[in-house]
Amino acid sequence: MIAVGEQAPDFTLRDQDGEKVSLSDYRGRKVLLIFYPGDFSPMCGDQLSIYQEVKPEIEERGVELVGISVDSFFAHKAFQEKLGIDTRLLSDFEPKGAVARAYGSYVEKLGFANRTLILVDEEGTVAWTYESDDPGEIPGANVIFDALA
Amino acid sequence: MGDLSSAPIPPVGPDDRVRGEGEEGLIVYADLGCPLCAGAWGRLSERPGWLVFRHFPVASKHPRSPALHSAAEAAGTQGRFFEMVASLYADRGRVDDPHLWERAERFDLDLDRFEADRRAERTQARIKRDFQSGIRAGVAGTPALFDACTLVTVREREF
Repeated sequence: MIAVGEQAPDFTLRDQDGEKVSLSDYRGRKVLLIFYPGDFSPMCGDQLSIYQEVKPEIEERGVELVGISVDSFFAHKAFQEKLGIDTRLLSDFEPKGAVARAYGSYVEKLGFANRTLILVDEEGTVAWTYESDDPGEIPGANVIFDALA
Repeated sequence: MGDLSSAPIPPVGPDDRVRGEGEEGLIVYADLGCPLCAGAWGRLSERPGWLVFRHFPVASKHPRSPALHSAAEAAGTQGRFFEMVASLYADRGRVDDPHLWERAERFDLDLDRFEADRRAERTQARIKRDFQSGIRAGVAGTPALFDACTLVTVREREF
């Protein structure tokens, strides 16, 4: 798991619309990376839906949300539409899970990322992290607000 | 929405929606548009003790939820909160406004008052207050059950 104070590894991934997005694009802004197991699982749907409900309040605090999983960007688009969310979803698809590995979030035996929240500050430094005990635990939105208080 | 940092759920208060009585009870944060909540409602209703219903509409996932929670609160101002909740969970295919009016008539509600109440600012504030308390307590899926102030049950399922 990447540590607070480390430089967040840069990456370039496609979002749900196929657009290439780099972490460095967010330089000068805070971004919360939400690593999650996979599109269309009920718990991942709950997690992203709950965050969507408080997204305006998170953005008011100057933080943008970005979800990352190993799914293809086509799946991301369908998942986003199914949930009715507009959180940007990035596809850590090929090589599978490479970004999740770089952040220490990937669970080899499961083949996807654990639920991990990484707050990256304006300079690209890891400012805060949260990792669930296992993928079956959803971090409530309250922990994000605790971190931003 | 105010402070959303971690906090225990508020204790049961005089304006909570409570059914049943007894020594023991549960507080449920539920979404009236959620099929899993609908599935759980029968079992929750039948268990002994008291039950507090708190609003947790997840609008992005269930676009009609805010309207359904408003309707339940409006029915509650005329003493029919839990009848409305049970009816909405029992017949999830009929949740448009005309269906809500049908229910209001069936429950002998004053329809004009029902309409005014479900759009009232105080109704929205009441629902938002519950939602906010759920977020602060870490509710991340519905139904979420609390015994006293501890989250005791979440759905068991694959992630």
